[in-house]
This record gives sequence, structure tokens and C-alpha cells, in this order.
Amino acid sequence: MTSGTPVKRRVVRLEEVGLSYGGTRALDAVSLDMPAGCMVGLIGPDGVGKSSLLSLIAGARTIQQGRVEVLGGDMARSAHRRGVCSRIAYMPQGLGRNLYPTLSVVENIDFFGRLFGHGGQERERRIAELLDGTGLAPFADRPVAKLSGGMKQKLGLCCALIHDPDLLILDEPTTGIDPLSRRQFWRLIERIRSGRDGMSVIVATAYMEEAARFDWLVAMDEGKVLASGTPADFLRRTDTADLDAAFIALLPAGKRDGHRAVVMPPRPADAAGETAIEADHLSKRFGDFTAVDDVSFRIARGEIFGFLGSNGCGKTTTMKMLTGLLAASGGQARLFGRQIDPRDLTVRRRVGYMSQGFSLYSELTVRQNLELHARLFGMPSSDIAVRVGEAAGRFQLADHMETLPGALPLGIRQRLSLAVATIHKPDILILDEPTSGVDPVARDAFWRILADLSRREGVTIFVSTHFMNEAERCDRIALMHAGKVLVSDTPAAIKAARDAETLDAAFVGYLEEAATAQETPAAAMEPAGHTTHPRPQSRFFAPRRLFAYTRRETLELLRDPIRAALATIGSLILMLVIGYGINMDVDNLSFAVLDHDDTAISRDYVLQLSGSRFFTEKPLLAGYPEMDRRMESGELSLALEIPPGFGRDVARGRTVAIGAWIDGAMPTRAETVRGYIEGMHMTWLAQRAREVYGKAAASGDFKLEVRYRYNPDVRSLDAIVPAVIPMLLLMIPSMLAVLSVVREKELGSIVNFYVTPVTRLEFLIGKQIPYVLVAMMNFLLLTAFAIYVFDVPFTGSFVTFVAAALLYVVVATAMGLVLSTFLNSQIAAIFATALVTMLPASQYSGLIDPVTSLQGFGAFIGRIYPTTHFITIARGTFSKALGFADLAGAFVPLLVAVPVLIGLGAVFLRKQAR
Amino acid sequence: MRAANIFHLGVKELRGLARDPVLLILIVHAFTLAIYTASEAMPETLNRAPIAIVDEDRSAVSVRIASAFYPPYFVPPRLISHHEMDSRMDAGLDTFALDIPPGFQRDLIAGRTPTLQLNIDATRMSQAFVGGGYVQSILSGEIGEFLAGHRPDTTPPVALDLRARFNPELDKGWFGAISDVITSITMLSIVLTGAALIREREHGTIEHLLVMPVSAFEIMLAKIWSMGLIVLAASALCLVFVVEGLLAVPLHGSLGLFLAGAALDIFAMTCLGIFLATVAGSMPQFGLLLMMVLMPLQLLSGGVTPRESMPEIIQIIMLAAPNTHFVMLAQAVLFRGAGLDVVWPQLAAMFLIGAALFAFSLRRFRHFLI
Repeated sequence: MTSGTPVKRRVVRLEEVGLSYGGTRALDAVSLDMPAGCMVGLIGPDGVGKSSLLSLIAGARTIQQGRVEVLGGDMARSAHRRGVCSRIAYMPQGLGRNLYPTLSVVENIDFFGRLFGHGGQERERRIAELLDGTGLAPFADRPVAKLSGGMKQKLGLCCALIHDPDLLILDEPTTGIDPLSRRQFWRLIERIRSGRDGMSVIVATAYMEEAARFDWLVAMDEGKVLASGTPADFLRRTDTADLDAAFIALLPAGKRDGHRAVVMPPRPADAAGETAIEADHLSKRFGDFTAVDDVSFRIARGEIFGFLGSNGCGKTTTMKMLTGLLAASGGQARLFGRQIDPRDLTVRRRVGYMSQGFSLYSELTVRQNLELHARLFGMPSSDIAVRVGEAAGRFQLADHMETLPGALPLGIRQRLSLAVATIHKPDILILDEPTSGVDPVARDAFWRILADLSRREGVTIFVSTHFMNEAERCDRIALMHAGKVLVSDTPAAIKAARDAETLDAAFVGYLEEAATAQETPAAAMEPAGHTTHPRPQSRFFAPRRLFAYTRRETLELLRDPIRAALATIGSLILMLVIGYGINMDVDNLSFAVLDHDDTAISRDYVLQLSGSRFFTEKPLLAGYPEMDRRMESGELSLALEIPPGFGRDVARGRTVAIGAWIDGAMPTRAETVRGYIEGMHMTWLAQRAREVYGKAAASGDFKLEVRYRYNPDVRSLDAIVPAVIPMLLLMIPSMLAVLSVVREKELGSIVNFYVTPVTRLEFLIGKQIPYVLVAMMNFLLLTAFAIYVFDVPFTGSFVTFVAAALLYVVVATAMGLVLSTFLNSQIAAIFATALVTMLPASQYSGLIDPVTSLQGFGAFIGRIYPTTHFITIARGTFSKALGFADLAGAFVPLLVAVPVLIGLGAVFLRKQAR
Repeated sequence: MRAANIFHLGVKELRGLARDPVLLILIVHAFTLAIYTASEAMPETLNRAPIAIVDEDRSAVSVRIASAFYPPYFVPPRLISHHEMDSRMDAGLDTFALDIPPGFQRDLIAGRTPTLQLNIDATRMSQAFVGGGYVQSILSGEIGEFLAGHRPDTTPPVALDLRARFNPELDKGWFGAISDVITSITMLSIVLTGAALIREREHGTIEHLLVMPVSAFEIMLAKIWSMGLIVLAASALCLVFVVEGLLAVPLHGSLGLFLAGAALDIFAMTCLGIFLATVAGSMPQFGLLLMMVLMPLQLLSGGVTPRESMPEIIQIIMLAAPNTHFVMLAQAVLFRGAGLDVVWPQLAAMFLIGAALFAFSLRRFRHFLI
């Protein structure tokens, strides 16, 4: 990578580009030309608008203001985007954010290959090539979630390169990766560029030492471009020695103020004495994975000890063991000579810990955060106010005491986090990547505080970092890789030992030494230039892209236990619950009798009840107090009182009344009891009358012949179950369909849909297919369950039922897809889907009351809602012995709904982020 | 010291809740609007049942019968022909179809006891089961009135004096309101604690707590008391102002005893919330899990339909759910005015279930933290 002169051709031109999220301005009138065919670097700390700019260039985000021209066309025009998207590759920020964590390495690359329309053999060849080139071949079948950060980035690169792009956009590709992987990564890019002449690469990075090797740089701050030019230009213009200093010099005066270079005073001579932290052959295993492997080091009191290594190399785990958060699997950790016992809370009072990402209570104000921590450390309440005041002064938080942390800039949040960690004046500070993402000015300010704590107060500081200039400031550093400490010494001694000019170079040396034993480094990568170009696929519809989504969605569903459980047995569980839960058949009601008469006739009356299956007789009642007590406790649903002289009066034909008390606490049950007992009373009377007057007595004015049709036994289950199937087949499949899209939005992989040639319809239908299949499987399960477990007779045409079900689940999943276009978070998706499906399906679709009973809005919904029509079909085929000819009318609305819903989904789905 | 930690951490939870508008709205909604609307909307037993009449008689009495069916119990009857009857019932348009045969009035007056045919679509459970009785009594009334004077009135020799205790009108809204309160208690106890735990985990603050001199036991108990207190206070207010006040449901028993039961139920449910949060790990997964857990808890606890109508095995399994006992207690205390002597077994059961869930969740919680 030679820092060439600016090239005439340009790959990107920006004119007055502006972008806002809600109230915050991410980009402000950015105008810029980026030269083609070289490495362009965007530099600046987190949150200055680098990522926003890159996503605009990639076409992943809608342009709000200004003009973005990429590869010679306007990115606001969708025709141009469709045309160039197969020439652009975009790797968004975050380790593997556009990858699918449950899919293996090969499955991920394969998915991207399919999206770009490569055939089977072509894909195989390219995948093999890319895996060899990046050294990922031995890990081809490993799920992405189990890859290290460096491997994830290489895989991301493989996925980006599979279609031979002309413009490669990389957003912070090396953040959180060890120096060796970083170097390998850049070598890979270099080789690719040499193979593909004229390929342009745009990279955002927070590492200035990397940026120094790019051809052309753009420095950004607060949504504005500070400067652009070659690295040499930068140094010349600011008259500084390195890019870090150049960047600070380029900042506006207000931000630069108060910045001083960090000067680390030497340690006092008497310091060497006591050991503060000691790790002695410390190991930690999670299952068969060894996170920390036989690590030993010793940190003296007042020392600043730096810890370097890639993400996932075991730094955080080691730190957690030292704080007592994790119990070690082997070896010992000691603080001030005392072994750490996670149950021993006294050690924790001597330690302050700052975890990755500044975990503060975002719902508490700055003051409340400080106070809570002070209280939890058991400080006397009289001291707390003083101590909080001190911390506010020292960490310059006084102006922000009543603010919520979320509203503060990262740099202040970082200071607050340190203030919280030191509120109880610990002897030891354990800081896990305290400066990630923070701008250089704030980072330097932070280190000045650390220097002060160490040198003046003798606090021992154990800090992990990715920044080499921070590592240089430590008294001693340790380099960790794959669970092992490779080297531990003073920065100067480490450089000397490897005879390296920079720490970075020294570490690469150590890492290479360690790596030769394990993974083979990247083999020479053949440039991908000679490959045949993919068979041209239709821009508008290609089955291969569609099935790429189907395949991937299926694999993901199968590998997510909770979603898979919901998809398979969820509906069965719910059917069981609902079947029994809204059963209205009541048996075995308990009753007792207060029999003042106790004659043959009174006993005959009671026998009517006790002999039926509906009632179970309990011991006789002795009096009213007992009746009250036993009814209050809920033991009796019914109490009968037979008056004295009942038998005598009945025999004489005198009017007598039997008292019956029903427990009304549960009205539905009481109604049923009332119905039963009235019926039995009438039967008893008729029987008596027949005994006394003969047959004629029984007849009335007219006879009512009641025919219970379709369900002659009047079983609740027969009535409910066929209607519950449609409800469950709506709720769960639509929820799974919503989640399939919203998950991608939340996790970030939706960006693959934005920047690849896949069309909306391919995306939607591709995602819908697996859920339709799952729903059909569910349908068969539910139906079998209804027939064989609940014993609901199936009398009509099964083929008709299956055909309707297929249509219905297509509608249900399509409804989910339409909903998904409006929702952005999974939890909102779950609630919204439950709301939109549950109420209409259970109240307005004829599950309980027929649609013809409904009025107003409910009636309108009921008539157009698909569940209504499928319930008609389900009841018709289950109970009413109907076939297709009888039910054709109910098919029409379902047939209409399919294209309407899928069309709506395609119209509302956005092909770019807002 | 420990008690102080539990207190301060609980206060922190309450402050966090105060800043979460979505959860606050959920709490207020669950204890006011949800209960009010559900109770008011609780349909009468029969509501606008669709009925069709095949009038083959076209007489004064058949017209009289047709005009006797009207809202709210029935929709005005539709007069249909004989052959329409089957297709309409097949399509589920009518729940009832009454066939009045030719010569019905003539036979009636002549005392020949003519037969009316009532077809009921028995797949329409709610309407079919009770509607038949309504139709019969309406027919008896109309025909009786028509025939008034023609025949002597006969009163049966033995009367049945039926009275419903505790809810004389059998107003479904009463019981509905209480079972909705219980549903809200169950749902919120689980959601609030579960969400509080997942939020801490997602923000990484839980780790932070553990490096301080605070134990998992204290963290868990702090979440339970703070979220439990909110649910308990909200349910007490709801009973007094919404259920007794707005809905005018007379509550007989001791509110204190009910709240003691509620406290035990909430304790057990908050432990369950923590357990579910440790299983789910993230908010979306928690939401899905809730769908599979809340519905059985609610429908099978006896709060919606009587336990007696469930298969025995389900009755036994549901004894392990705290809200089954709470439903029993609530019915006994609030409607039947039962005292401690009656409901102590429920209190004891909830306490035991709560203690077991607490011990179990604490174990899971400790694992979850690492």
C-alpha cells in the first residue's frame, strides 16, 4: 500500500449530504470526493457519523438530504441501486453483525453465493477458494457464534467478496481483533486488491496506526468532515508526528481545550514491595472449552498493569475470576495474599470494577448511581454525601449530577463509570476495556486520572485495552492469546526482546510464534479475477434468491430451541389447555342434603340427584350452621333442604317447596347447576305424576322436539376444538413470520436484504415458505390430536379441510409479514401480533358467538377476517359432514386474501433503512 | 447490612420502574381498563343468538311466536323456507331454526298437542347449551298466553325454591372482575420481575452488582419485594376503587385476608418470573415463553371454568400452580366471606409452592449470573 497521489477518477461523490435520527444530527452537509482504485479511510471516534456515511454509500440507508453518487450514478434512484448493488460489497460494523450466528461458516458464505445467483458448482469452487485464502477452511462447519472475533471478520470478508465487487465498504473491520489477525486481515485485502485491479476500498477505523497506511483519509467529527487528504498531507498540515496527534490538532478549538499529552510519572522507588494481585496457574473451563489456560502473573501495589489481546481470548474471564465473579476451575487467584473466594464479600470491598461497555443504571441519575453504589458498599450514610461530592469534583461530573447516563456523551459516561468504581476508595481497580469507542481527547483525560490514582494514591490498576499507545503507558503489560499469556513484561523490554520498533510489531511476532503450532495462516490467495461471472438472473424474480432465504430461515428456526418449540409443540400445548380450559361440561358437582323429613319419598327425591353422573352426594347436613360453613369453604356447590313433613304433604297433594341453595360465586357453574336441578326436578315430578295419574298427565299444550344437530351429545369439546384449530393456526404462524423479519431488523442482518440484489417479493415469500410448512405440520398434528385424543368425530371431506388449511396458513403468515413491515423490535412484534390476532380470532370470528350475532365494528371485522371463514370450513368438515361444494363460498375470501396480503407486504417493506 | 442492601436495591428497582413508561402503562391498564371493560363486556348468558323460523302455518300464533324473539337475547328472527334451513345451518348463519308445522294453530286449539321442531346448531356451544331453554320458555309463555282462558292453570305440587347464594343474580361480571384481577396479578408479577432481570442482564449491570458486597440472594429478594409491592398495592387499589367502586361488586370477606393470599401468590409468581427470565435470557425469548406459560396458568387455574370439569390429571397438575390456590381463596374470601379457619390450607399451599419456587429459582439465578 503505497500512499499514492490522489487519483483523478472518483468512486464516490457526496454533495451536501445530511442525515438526522430523530433530533440528533448524524451528518451535516458533508461534501466529499473519494478517489477510485485505492484505500480510503474514514477516521474518528465512535458516533461521529462514519457508519451513517458508509451505509448511505452502500445504499443501505435512505438519503435524506443532498446527493450521493456511487460508481457513476445517483444512489437515490432505485434503478441505479439495483444495477450496482452486485458491484458493491458492504460489511457493516460490529463483529459479524450481518452474519447468522447459528449457521456454520460454509452455510453463511453459501447463502450469500445464492443471493448473487451462483450455481451449485460455482458456489462450491468460490467457497473453497475463499476459505483457503482466509485460512478458515479447518473451521468450515463451525457455527459463527463460536468463532473468534478475527475469524468472524474474515468470514464477513468472504461473504462480501463472493461476488467480486468493484467497491468494498468495510465499517470498522478490525475493532476488537488481535494485532496478528488484524495484520492478516489487511494482507488479505491487499492481495485481493492486487488481484482485482481497480477495486476501491472504503474503510472506517478507530485505529490511527492502521489509518497511517491508507492511501487517502477523511477525518470526521460530529457529523462533519474535518479534513481529507493523504496521511502525509495530514501530518504536514498539522505539523505533528503521528496521526493521533494530527487528529487532535484538527479538532475545533473548543474540543481541544484542556487537552494535554499524558505524562506518566515514574513509580516511586519504594513501590516494589507488596503484591496486590496474584494469579497462580489460573484456569477456567466452560464445558469442554478452555477460556483461560494456566495463567500466572503478579502485580505489585500501585502498578498499572495492561492486558492486551483479541476479543474472546480470555481477558474478561481472567478479570472476572480476579473480582470473584467467576470461580476458577483450576489454580488460585489472590488479592493481597488472600485467596479469592466468591462467597467472601469482604474482599470485594477492596476492589473496584468497571465492566465492558460502562454498565450503569440508565434509569438512575448520575447522583443516584453514585449513591446506590456507595450504599451497597455499606458506607455510613453520613459519609455518602461527602464522598459523592468529592467524586463529582474529581471526575468533573458536578454539572451532570441530575442527568440520566444515557443522555451523556460517551466520554462523560466513562468518567462516571470510573467514579462509580472508585466510590468506596478501593485498593485495586480492575478496568475491562474502559476506553473502547471514546474519542482521543477523552481517552487522554481518562489516563491522566488513572496516572493520578496510581502514582498519588497507590491504587493498583489492572486494565485491558486494544490501543497500543495506551499499552505503552502501562508499567507492565501482558499479552494474552487463546486463553494463554504469551508474554508479560515492561513495554520497553518486550520491544527489545523481539527487536521490534513498535509494540504492535512485537506482539505480532509473539502471536505468530504461538499460531504456527495451531492454525495454518492464510494460504496464498488466488485473485478471484479469472472467475466466470454468474449467470445473469432476472432483476425482478429469481427462484434461487428466494430459496436462499427459505433455506437459511429453516436452518435458523431449527437451531433456536424456544422458537422451534413454539413452532412445533406450542400449538399442541395451547390446544390442550384451551380444550380443557373452556370446557363447559360440568360433572361431579358436590351436594349435600339437609333432610328434615327423612322419609321414603324424600330419599327418593335425593336419589334422583345422587344417581346422576352430574352430582356426587356428600355426607348429610346436620343444620344451618354446618350448611353455611361447608358452602363457604366451597366444598358444596349445592345444598338441598327438604322441609319437615315433605313426604306426608306430597302424598296428600299439598303444595310444598324444596329449598335449593346454589353456590353463586362462580356464575357459569351455578347456571349449569340450576339447569341440571330444574331438569331433574321436572323429571321427578313427571315420574310422580305418572305413578299417580297415569300416562295422560305428562302431556302439555304442545310438544317441542329439540334436535341438537352436528353434535348430538352436546359435548363442549366437539364444539370448541374444531374452532380452536383456526385460532392457533393464525396466532402462532403469524407470530413466527413477524419475528422472522423483525429479528433481522433488530440483529442487523436485514442489511443483507438492503444491499444485495434480492427483491422484496423474493425476500417475503422466501421467508414465508418454511413457516407455511411448519404451520401445515402443526395443522396435521392438531387435527390428529383433535380426532384421537379429544375424540372429536370428523365427518366431512378431509381433502377440503386440508386445502383450506393450506390457504389459511398462507394467509396467516402473510398477515405476519405485513405486520413485520411496521415493527422494529421483537418484543413489540410479539405484543402487537398477539393483539392483532388474538382478539379478532377469539371474539369476532365465530369461535364463541356466531358472526351474525355481532354488531358494529366487531361485525365488520368478523366478516372480513380470514379466521371466520376457516372456522366455517373447520366446523363444516369436522361436525357437519360437508364437502367442497357446500363450503366453496368460504374459500373465496381466503383466495382473495393471499395476493392482497402478500402485495401489501411487498409494498410496505422498505428496501433501505430509514 | 444485608437488609439494607435488599432495601436499597429494591428502591433502585422502583426508580427504574418509575422511568419505564411502557411498564407503567401496562400496570395501570391491567388493573383499570382491562378489568373494567372485561367485566362490563362479560356477555349475558345469551346474547343476540341468530334464530330463523320456518313458518309453515302462517297463523296468528306463528306470527306471535316470531315476534317474541328480539334483542338482546336473540336477533330478530329471519323467516326462511324449509330448504334454506339446512344450508343456512351448514354455513353457520343460524344457531336456532324453529319449524312451525302446517296446521299448528288449529291443532293447538283443538288440544291435539302439536309438535314444534327446534333445530339447534350444537357446535355453537355458548348459545346452543343455554338457548334451548330460553326458546322453550318463550314458546311456553307465548302459547300459554295465546291459549289463556282455554285451559286451567296447573301449578306443580312440589315447588323448587332455588336461590343462588353469594351472588343472587348470578352476575357474571362479579366473578369475571375477580378472575381478571387474578389474571393481572399473575401476568404482572411474572412480567415485571422477568423484565427487570433481563434488562439488567442486557445492560450488563448485574455483573456490576456482583463485584460489590452483594449476594445473589439479596439481588433476587430485592426484585421480588419491589415488584411484588407494586403489584400488591395496585391490586388492592384496584379492588377498592375499580371492583368495589366502579363495578359495584359487593365484596363480603376480609380484604386483609385476600391481600395476604395475594402477597403469597405474588411471591410465588415473581419467583416464577425470575425462573423464566433465566431460561429465556433475552426479552424476545421471554415474550415467547410467556405465551406458552401464561395461558395455561390462567385458563386451567379454575378462574375461567370450574376445575371440576377438567380431567383429573390436569386438576392434580394444576395444584402445583400457586394461582389455582389463589383462585380458591379469592372465591371463598371475597364472595363467601370465608375466614382464616376456612382458607388456611390455601395459604399454606401457596407458601410451600412459593418457598419451593424461590429455592429453585435462586439456584437457577446463581447459574445464570455466570
